[in-house]
Amino acid sequence: MDVMKAEKVSFGYGSHKILQNLNFEMNNNQVIGLFGDSGSGKSTLCKILTGFITDYEGEVTVNGQKHNGGYNPIQLIYQHPEKVMNPRWKMKDVLEESWMPDEKILNEFGIKKEWFKRYPSELSGGELQRFSILRALNPKTKFIIADEISTMLDAVTQVQIWESLLTVARENNVGVLLVSHDKRLINRISDEMVYLSDITD
Amino acid sequence: MTKTEEKHKKFLNLNLRTKTLLIIGIAFLILFSVFVSNYLIDHTAVLTSNFYNINQPPSFEHWFGTDWMGRDMFMRTLLGLGISIGVGAFASIISTIIAILLGVFSSVNTIVDEAVTAVIDLFGSIPHILLIILVSLAFGGGYYGVVMAVGLTHWTPLARVLRAEIKKINTSEYIKLSTEFGKSKMWIAKKHIFPLIISQIIVGVILMFPHAIMHEASISFLGFGLPAHEPAIGIILSESMKYLSMGYWWLAFYPGLALLFLVLLFDLIGENVHKLLDPQSAQE
Amino acid sequence: MSKLLEVEKLSISFSQYFKGLEQRELTVLSDLTMDVDDHEILAVLGSSGSGKSLLAHAILGILPTNAKVSGSIRYKGKEMDDELKEQLRGNVISFIPQSVNNLNPLMKVKDQAIGYTNNEEEKQKLMKKQREIFNQYKLAENVDDMYPFQLSGGMARKVLISTALLNDPEIIIADEPTPGLDEQAVEETINNLIELKEKGIGMILITHDIHTAIETSDRIAILYLGYVIEVTDTKNFSGEGEKLLHPYTRSLYRALPETEFELTEGHQPSYLHIPKGCPYHENCPYQVRECHYELPELREVNGTVIRCFNPLVDGE
Repeated sequence: MDVMKAEKVSFGYGSHKILQNLNFEMNNNQVIGLFGDSGSGKSTLCKILTGFITDYEGEVTVNGQKHNGGYNPIQLIYQHPEKVMNPRWKMKDVLEESWMPDEKILNEFGIKKEWFKRYPSELSGGELQRFSILRALNPKTKFIIADEISTMLDAVTQVQIWESLLTVARENNVGVLLVSHDKRLINRISDEMVYLSDITD
Repeated sequence: MTKTEEKHKKFLNLNLRTKTLLIIGIAFLILFSVFVSNYLIDHTAVLTSNFYNINQPPSFEHWFGTDWMGRDMFMRTLLGLGISIGVGAFASIISTIIAILLGVFSSVNTIVDEAVTAVIDLFGSIPHILLIILVSLAFGGGYYGVVMAVGLTHWTPLARVLRAEIKKINTSEYIKLSTEFGKSKMWIAKKHIFPLIISQIIVGVILMFPHAIMHEASISFLGFGLPAHEPAIGIILSESMKYLSMGYWWLAFYPGLALLFLVLLFDLIGENVHKLLDPQSAQE
Repeated sequence: MSKLLEVEKLSISFSQYFKGLEQRELTVLSDLTMDVDDHEILAVLGSSGSGKSLLAHAILGILPTNAKVSGSIRYKGKEMDDELKEQLRGNVISFIPQSVNNLNPLMKVKDQAIGYTNNEEEKQKLMKKQREIFNQYKLAENVDDMYPFQLSGGMARKVLISTALLNDPEIIIADEPTPGLDEQAVEETINNLIELKEKGIGMILITHDIHTAIETSDRIAILYLGYVIEVTDTKNFSGEGEKLLHPYTRSLYRALPETEFELTEGHQPSYLHIPKGCPYHENCPYQVRECHYELPELREVNGTVIRCFNPLVDGE
């Protein structure tokens, strides 16, 4: 079993503290929903867990080990998939930057081969988000942090991408931390809801 | 949308793309033929004095007239333009290399970045012509001196652009994600950054030409540039000063106009290549 | 009787240059027909990035110049040309923009609310009124002299709403008023909007958040790939969604986390690849032959306006 742990994590700009003494732990068989109001530091936490922000206090570990270069076993999926894709790359290159999934997983996500030849600007938000989820599901990934990944999508697409993501994550024992301002969604999907205010000072 | 409208659109659409390519093609062809003609013209024959034909106004025989030694001004202008292109090319290569090096350097860390910015500002703050003259003298003048002087002073705008561009790409979220996927710095530079800045570099180089050419002509005109025996436009213009008061207007008029035309051609190519490489800027 | 604001067959498209100056046509709104009356909120619901905001820009007459527009927009039955739009905007028709980013960052809140006026007397009058409205929304006096960046999310929303009210508008267009706010602020904003409606204002609420739409509006116009596919009474978003007639609308409702979280196959393509025929036919389990090659016209079925050949009239 893999365990992701955040211990005594604090972060802020100067005197302005965004996160204060955060402690959190989950394992790779869990789907946990993290709830927080907007502006409460949810996105900052996501970036700290996944190594996008490095100058924080405290420690983030997977099985007791800090991430130190190479492939990060904790991967972040963003609210805006178009921001994490090089606009001049075709989708095949975008996907292959992480890995090339087999036919079965591509079908699970409803990804069509013809999309591979397109640029990010030629796909809809839902289609792009499928790609960015798939990239994060690289076999080396142990935990996925999903930061409001369906907020910008319509309800139908929201169901689709969560169904696919959770199916593949469960099959491969990937832990999912779903971060959202939507309690209804968290209640529907996750095993457990955690309030950000409960795990910080 | 009706059928006819659609057709109309299609036609316009083709037109703009072809127009851009056509402008680039024609401009390039003119420049290329000017440059090549330099190697085809027999220099000694053209530049030998012919005192039967001195100071003739423009005619069908001598399009740009002749000078006080009976030399054909059209031929002299053509040779002058050839030299200009040559100087421009060498100088642009030197400047581009410097700009790329500094641009890449600045992305190492903040201290290096500060240093690079300081150097760029320093060079930008000295009057251009003065700096060119100084560097040219320092390298001993002549063709070599001019090329070095122009080359060593024209990298600032491109370096600034590249620095900003690399910075922008480096802070983008897809680069950060790439690191999370375990990609190395070299890999990111090669696959992400370089392809994104190559178009800036190409456009930057082309747009550097006109500046380099004008500055070469200016310092040659002032007497700090190419030696007097070279048929450079700057030399032609400065020599013609003595004869202007006698009414030999064609000595300065046509070479000057030709130089202007050459510079405009480069500008035209640069702008259109920019449109092709960065279509967002072509929005009507 | 003509309605307060009517939009008929409005289409907006752009031509864009792509790689190497290839041109491509992007149609963001197609054949949009809808209306709103006083004492009413019409929600326009569409996924984000769909250019819903362009509807607002079209009504206000502030579309970018490279947009191609066709169709008609009428105010009280009168065709709105550019001149009329300019006359009406900011007076009769007010706009509540998406975020404080639409405010000038270098101007005090108070000055932006009042706007530019030469007349000292009028200025005094407006200032008094601005204070009254701000009071109504519990914005303290010190807010007057703040700059936009000093406002919190909820406060900014109130400032934007109060600013829109200063000229006693008849119509308000609100563009995504709720995202990025905490629960309490969302609720307050929704209440504020409903209050405005009760005072007689006709409102177009542009949003991608179906919850906001359901809680606020009287009718909802659902957009799919820039097409209105259904304009229905908000009350129909209830139970199992059996009163929603368009297959997409129904699956949208049934996909909500608090209803069924039901999975529907298929994906919404990008605006560059809008299918021929009915824009939804590729994903539609109820498709008939016509759907593949013919665009259904908007028509009325059981009091709902719908664009579908095979509406779900009897239950499933």
